[in-house]
Amino acid sequence: VDLDLPAATVAFRDEVREWLAANVPRTPLPPMDTRDGFARHREWERRLAAARLSAVTWPGEYGGRDASLLDWVVFEDEYWAAGAPGRVTANGVALLGSTLLALGTPEQRARILPRMARAEEVWAQAWSEPEAGSDLAAVRSRAVRADGGWILSGQKTWSSRAAFADRAFGLFRSDPAEPRHRGLTYLMFDLRADGVTVRPIPQLDGTAGFAELFLDDVFVPDADVIGEPGDGWRVAMSTASNERGLTLRSPGRFVAAAERLVELWRQRPDPALRDRVVDAWVGARAYRLYTLATVSRLAAGGRLGAESSVNKIFWSELDIALHETALELLGPDGELASDWQDGYLFALAGPIYAGTNEIQRDVVAERLLGLPRGGR
Amino acid sequence: MRFVPDEELTRLAATVHELLADADVPAAVRSWAAGESARGLEVLRRLAKVGVAGLAVPERFGGAGAGPVELVVVFEELGRHAVPGPLVESYAVVPALLAELAAAERWLPGIVAGEPATVAVAPHVPYALDADLATPFLVRDRTVHTGLPGARRESVDAARRLFELAPGEEVGPARQAFDLGVLCGAAQLVGLGRGMLELASAHVKQRKQFGRAVGEFQAVKHHLASVHVALELARPLVHGAAVTGTGADISAARVAAADAADRAARSALQVHGAIGYTLEYDLGLWLTKARALRSAWGTQSWHRERVLRSLSSR
Repeated sequence: VDLDLPAATVAFRDEVREWLAANVPRTPLPPMDTRDGFARHREWERRLAAARLSAVTWPGEYGGRDASLLDWVVFEDEYWAAGAPGRVTANGVALLGSTLLALGTPEQRARILPRMARAEEVWAQAWSEPEAGSDLAAVRSRAVRADGGWILSGQKTWSSRAAFADRAFGLFRSDPAEPRHRGLTYLMFDLRADGVTVRPIPQLDGTAGFAELFLDDVFVPDADVIGEPGDGWRVAMSTASNERGLTLRSPGRFVAAAERLVELWRQRPDPALRDRVVDAWVGARAYRLYTLATVSRLAAGGRLGAESSVNKIFWSELDIALHETALELLGPDGELASDWQDGYLFALAGPIYAGTNEIQRDVVAERLLGLPRGGR
Repeated sequence: MRFVPDEELTRLAATVHELLADADVPAAVRSWAAGESARGLEVLRRLAKVGVAGLAVPERFGGAGAGPVELVVVFEELGRHAVPGPLVESYAVVPALLAELAAAERWLPGIVAGEPATVAVAPHVPYALDADLATPFLVRDRTVHTGLPGARRESVDAARRLFELAPGEEVGPARQAFDLGVLCGAAQLVGLGRGMLELASAHVKQRKQFGRAVGEFQAVKHHLASVHVALELARPLVHGAAVTGTGADISAARVAAADAADRAARSALQVHGAIGYTLEYDLGLWLTKARALRSAWGTQSWHRERVLRSLSSR
């Protein structure tokens, strides 16, 4: 058991640190989920991509660096410590990108990944539907066979980034005769295609972080099916595991926030909040070490399964506790608009998206503790 | 970097687990609490035979010369089975205190063979466990003394038989060994939590109400899932602190471990219902030990303060 970084990782970390110090915008970008902010975040992603830092774990041919997961953890530590902008490409790079690398065809990877890495196409997720939230297998949107492809129809909702993104991915029912998890197909589609209507939905913070999508006979070519038609659930679960597990929320984000919290405590030490400050810092450290243990297990040939639910429960609840503590430390100013307030509102969504924490606790209890499956 | 136990260490943990699973530890705990130590001492001798007692003792005294990492992995297993006796004291703190002293030759070979030792370390560890059947030491004013057992004090954990100690003969200058005690106690707490989670999971799978196993109910599942999350996130802090050895990291690990164990205790008790509250059922052996260890080797408040002090002084 050790925490020694290999020399190559240290060299990579130093390069990243130096690059970020020279390139991170001095003043924060406008919010990502505004038209102007989205464009500015896309520009930032292009700069990252030019330094081949936008998708470091990907193979070099797609714009990455073949970085190990350990290198990725270290990259993320540096990225968030430097106060760099939020990642407008996260749905694409972390979710769809991982899925394509695991289950996409060589043609799909070559066509889609480099453009994703350079933010020439920014991707939105399209999982939920009005009648399919936690119960994702209840999706009703249809994909009907057509000459050379599929015709999509139906409605998606809570589609993150869709207000300003270019393309989206999600599950469609391609065989209505099959029950629930079967008969689903994983498809990618253009948000500006004929028949797609995007209706932005303002979130608690006022920005259009997600949208409703109405699909009215939208044609998608066969080349944009991932995996086999009818095998969409399995393909989607590979993405879901990435999202909950490792790649969506790196420890660096929480470690950086905890460091800022400690700094805030130094300025405004309220003895009544001591325990909460310590626990937030300890929690961030715990999540980082837990991730390093996971990375070690994966490097030794292990697989990430239901354990990813443990991550998701932990970081989402840590994020809220950490930001609540900061707002308390701010005293009466806790009410005012601030980075902490933005972070707090963002954190509130954590226990809901990527599978609610109630679903994750069911997964932990049933698959890791062996408790019997039962009614929800 | 490899931040998980290697095969050899994993095998040692499995050996300890299997040994203890076969040893009817709960019966040994009950007789230990009643002052009949024979069964418990037999468990300690068996642990010594597989190398646990000498794990951190230098090789020149017959030990394995291993470090904190090996200790924490083994201590999680000792906690998981609620093993009685002065474990942190015999396997970690006393070997660390004596290793560099001339007196080491006198006592360490006995420890390796499974004879327990115990220690009080002022101010956080005022009482010594089992001072009537283990060799007692006392650390005071940065000096190690032998200890003379005095009044018996009652612990919430009946198997923690506490004694006041008076100083006997002077043994030598005391090295810093308190943190190693904190660290091993933290590992033991993670293990205690895991043991309670295992008891609770087994119980809710077979206990039926309303015509089905209570483990089918979400309210029950979510209690135990939260315990699992807390324990899984506490363990890497303990391993990380074993690697870095800093006081702040050790305190951080202890804070998380004790809170996770507490959550395990409360949730395990709740999902058991009244049976868990009885003296007859085994859960209480774990629950009271977790409660006791939370106050031993520094309080949660003291450890939080130490973490914050280190953060503020960077």
